[in-house]
Amino acid sequence: MAGGAGGGETIMVAQDAHDPHGNDPHGHAIHAHAAPTSFIRKYIFSLDHKVIGLQYYFLALTAVFVGMFLSLLMRIHMIWPTANLPLLGHIQPETYLSLLTMHGTIMVFFVLTTAPQGGFGNYFLPIQIGAPDMAFPVLNMLSFWTTFIAFVVILAAFFVTGGAPLHGWTGYAPLSALPSAGPGEQLGADLWIASIAIFCVASLMGALNFITTTLDLRAKGMTMMRMPLTVWAWFITAILGLLAFGVLLSAGILLLLDRNLGTSFYVPLVVVNGQIMGHKGGSPLLWQHLFWFFGHPEVYIAILPGMGVASQLLSTFSRKPIFGYKAMVYAIMGIGFLGFMVWGHHMFMSGMSPYSAFAFSIMTMAIGVPSAIKTFNWLGTIRGGRVRFQTPMLYAIGFVSLFVSGGLSGPFLAQPVLDIPLHDTAFVVGHFHLIMGVAAIFGMFAATYYWFPKMFGRMMNERWGRIHFFLTLAGTYAIFMPMHYLGMAGQPRRYSQFTELAYLQHLIPLNTFMTYAAFVTIGAQLIFVINLFWSMFKGPKANDNPWEATTLEWTTATPPPHDNFGGKTPVVYHGPYEYSVPGAPKDYVMQTDPATVSSH
Amino acid sequence: MGLALLAIIWLITFFSTYFFVAKTWWLPHGASTSAAFIDNQFALTYVLMGIVFVAAQGALGLFVWQYRDRAGAKKVEYSHGNTKLEVLWTALTAVLFVGLNLMGSSVWAHERFAPAEAGSVPVEVTGMQFAWYFRYPGADGKFGATSPTLMDPSAGNEAAVGLDTTDAAAKDDVVTGTMYLPVNRQVDLRLRAVDVIHSFFVPNMRFKQDAVPGLEIHMHFTPTEVGDYEIACAELCGLGHYKMHGMLKVVSQEDFDKWLAAREAEKQ
Repeated sequence: MAGGAGGGETIMVAQDAHDPHGNDPHGHAIHAHAAPTSFIRKYIFSLDHKVIGLQYYFLALTAVFVGMFLSLLMRIHMIWPTANLPLLGHIQPETYLSLLTMHGTIMVFFVLTTAPQGGFGNYFLPIQIGAPDMAFPVLNMLSFWTTFIAFVVILAAFFVTGGAPLHGWTGYAPLSALPSAGPGEQLGADLWIASIAIFCVASLMGALNFITTTLDLRAKGMTMMRMPLTVWAWFITAILGLLAFGVLLSAGILLLLDRNLGTSFYVPLVVVNGQIMGHKGGSPLLWQHLFWFFGHPEVYIAILPGMGVASQLLSTFSRKPIFGYKAMVYAIMGIGFLGFMVWGHHMFMSGMSPYSAFAFSIMTMAIGVPSAIKTFNWLGTIRGGRVRFQTPMLYAIGFVSLFVSGGLSGPFLAQPVLDIPLHDTAFVVGHFHLIMGVAAIFGMFAATYYWFPKMFGRMMNERWGRIHFFLTLAGTYAIFMPMHYLGMAGQPRRYSQFTELAYLQHLIPLNTFMTYAAFVTIGAQLIFVINLFWSMFKGPKANDNPWEATTLEWTTATPPPHDNFGGKTPVVYHGPYEYSVPGAPKDYVMQTDPATVSSH
Repeated sequence: MGLALLAIIWLITFFSTYFFVAKTWWLPHGASTSAAFIDNQFALTYVLMGIVFVAAQGALGLFVWQYRDRAGAKKVEYSHGNTKLEVLWTALTAVLFVGLNLMGSSVWAHERFAPAEAGSVPVEVTGMQFAWYFRYPGADGKFGATSPTLMDPSAGNEAAVGLDTTDAAAKDDVVTGTMYLPVNRQVDLRLRAVDVIHSFFVPNMRFKQDAVPGLEIHMHFTPTEVGDYEIACAELCGLGHYKMHGMLKVVSQEDFDKWLAAREAEKQ
């Protein structure tokens, strides 16, 4: 449907005034749908990728606070196991395991997968390639609302008889397959699996949309090798999602069958508390293979968009082209490709053939190579630049630091022989929290501070942004770096208390320190939330390109009109990171500037 | 701001590295034949990764300060990268990571590819919610039959693992809740789990292996020092996971024989 007569009433009334090119917004736009007029079609069941992006973002923001609150309860319980908390009472060891399961699941699916891809990807991928919307707007809306239903279903697990499941976010069978294996393993576990299955369906829809949009809707001149690295990251992430979520969906359905229809995909003959269960012949390792075939690519689904954002911001705020654009693109592809061949490194201690450990371990070490290329290139981008320290850049720099710290514990865990002391200890927890948790979240913070002006038309507060940054950086290191020490000393993960084993006693003071650090760090996040909502309404007005950046979202109005470019399709003449080009009038060349000066 | 960033990145690097170098927290004391090698490989990895860590964080802190936007800053170098450098560091990282990996593989192969040597002590380890049981085959050297229908966890020991007392080979089998091993003799483990997955983790032996329902996993290790060592469960197995622990007592061959004989006598 053309954005002509029927689509006259665009959402953004300020569009005409802001359109930098002075084009008629009712002109020649070819848009998938008209601008909606009713509240429900504008803000609830919207087809606009920008609204859907914000819906994903606010869903993730809600989820991250739920997840953080659960982690705080866990840290309190670990240190004061008999504490009587207001409203919640005394947390039992099994409740601790439910907290842990729900913390992991909510964070991995509804935060790390939802915000970077569903949120920022939805909002900015179409704009950055010069498209008026996603290729399939209805599918996009369905994908969000399906994700929303998945979130409601997982929260419901808290409120059913028996409570939330205790099998961990990895849901290893037979524990997850046997309703009698523990509290929470009844209806709570079914809801957990159902939620993940629904989430998989939503992610598959999203992935199809991202891939099609990137391949088919690029503006004239936007060749693949001129796409911003954020677009490359979202694109490859979508491919990973398409391949990985299908497998998890199937695995989840089989698990539901085992639980409810008496099949035995994952459960052999087992005896729980003296009772023979009705299963036989299943393989507990099958679940692990299927789960990690999804689970490892999922790590990259969480972190690749953050890498894209870091690349974009380091170049923009260093006023320098990204170092080795092509190498960065190939590194993203390399990480995506190798990411599917390393799932077995989660299973070195599982009873899997010890011969296969060699293959998985070599592939895992190999994935360190593209990761190292990215780090070198980020450093190479800063070096020789002229670095501006606005808040988004602080987070991008923090991202690099955390990526290095979290990444370098990888080569320990990738060696099967070192997995003997380290597997399933706090070392692993420290490793993945730094790299896929905190680094990815720093990517989201960077993206929030960077794109906030474009999304809401106002600037966030810089001073509070800086305070938030320093507290969060120091705080997260104080929580997660000590986990490596604990793991080396042999502290197993998922222990609700450290009182039972004598060799863990001397680690309690360090654990206590981490709990205090968690209080401070989580408290500091209130600064972010207040800054976010305060700035939305009270922040200083932003111009169309406050960071003097080059990519297409900065060529359009702030906030962008319903069809993104006000009836005009941009034409691209340059690569995405043309900063400090010799001979150019300014220190940046927009992608849409005519082809007079730049070399790319 | 550049200086504040440099300070915080360097401080984080210093504190993180300090506790590794000072060994404030370290691997528990190793008391098996593979401990020395595993610990060396760990130390080597941590020295190499430590160097990369300090270099990368150090450079990050330095660059953001050195190249900060200020009056009189040098002109930005307009460059899209350097292919020679890219190839160089790709090759270096590949050699470092893959080489490190290959170095660790011999012990893995030794521990996991070869069966236990002749003359090792056979012990069957059974994990269940939330206890470890250890079975010794007795004088005949043969493990008797067990049956799921006979398992009675509340009764403990022989009944817990479902020992079939009608089987002749089972008559002299001994099942205990504490693991005894003679020092300097290899133990030929067979690991089982009856309900969910558990993981047999003995930090001082540098030993860990999941016990999986439906699988019988054979592993071996050799304790080298007399002493008491804690056994933990390292795979989430339910509400009592954190207290599913046991004790390994490594004793002299003589004490081991005495202990086993006493247990046999108790059974009669």
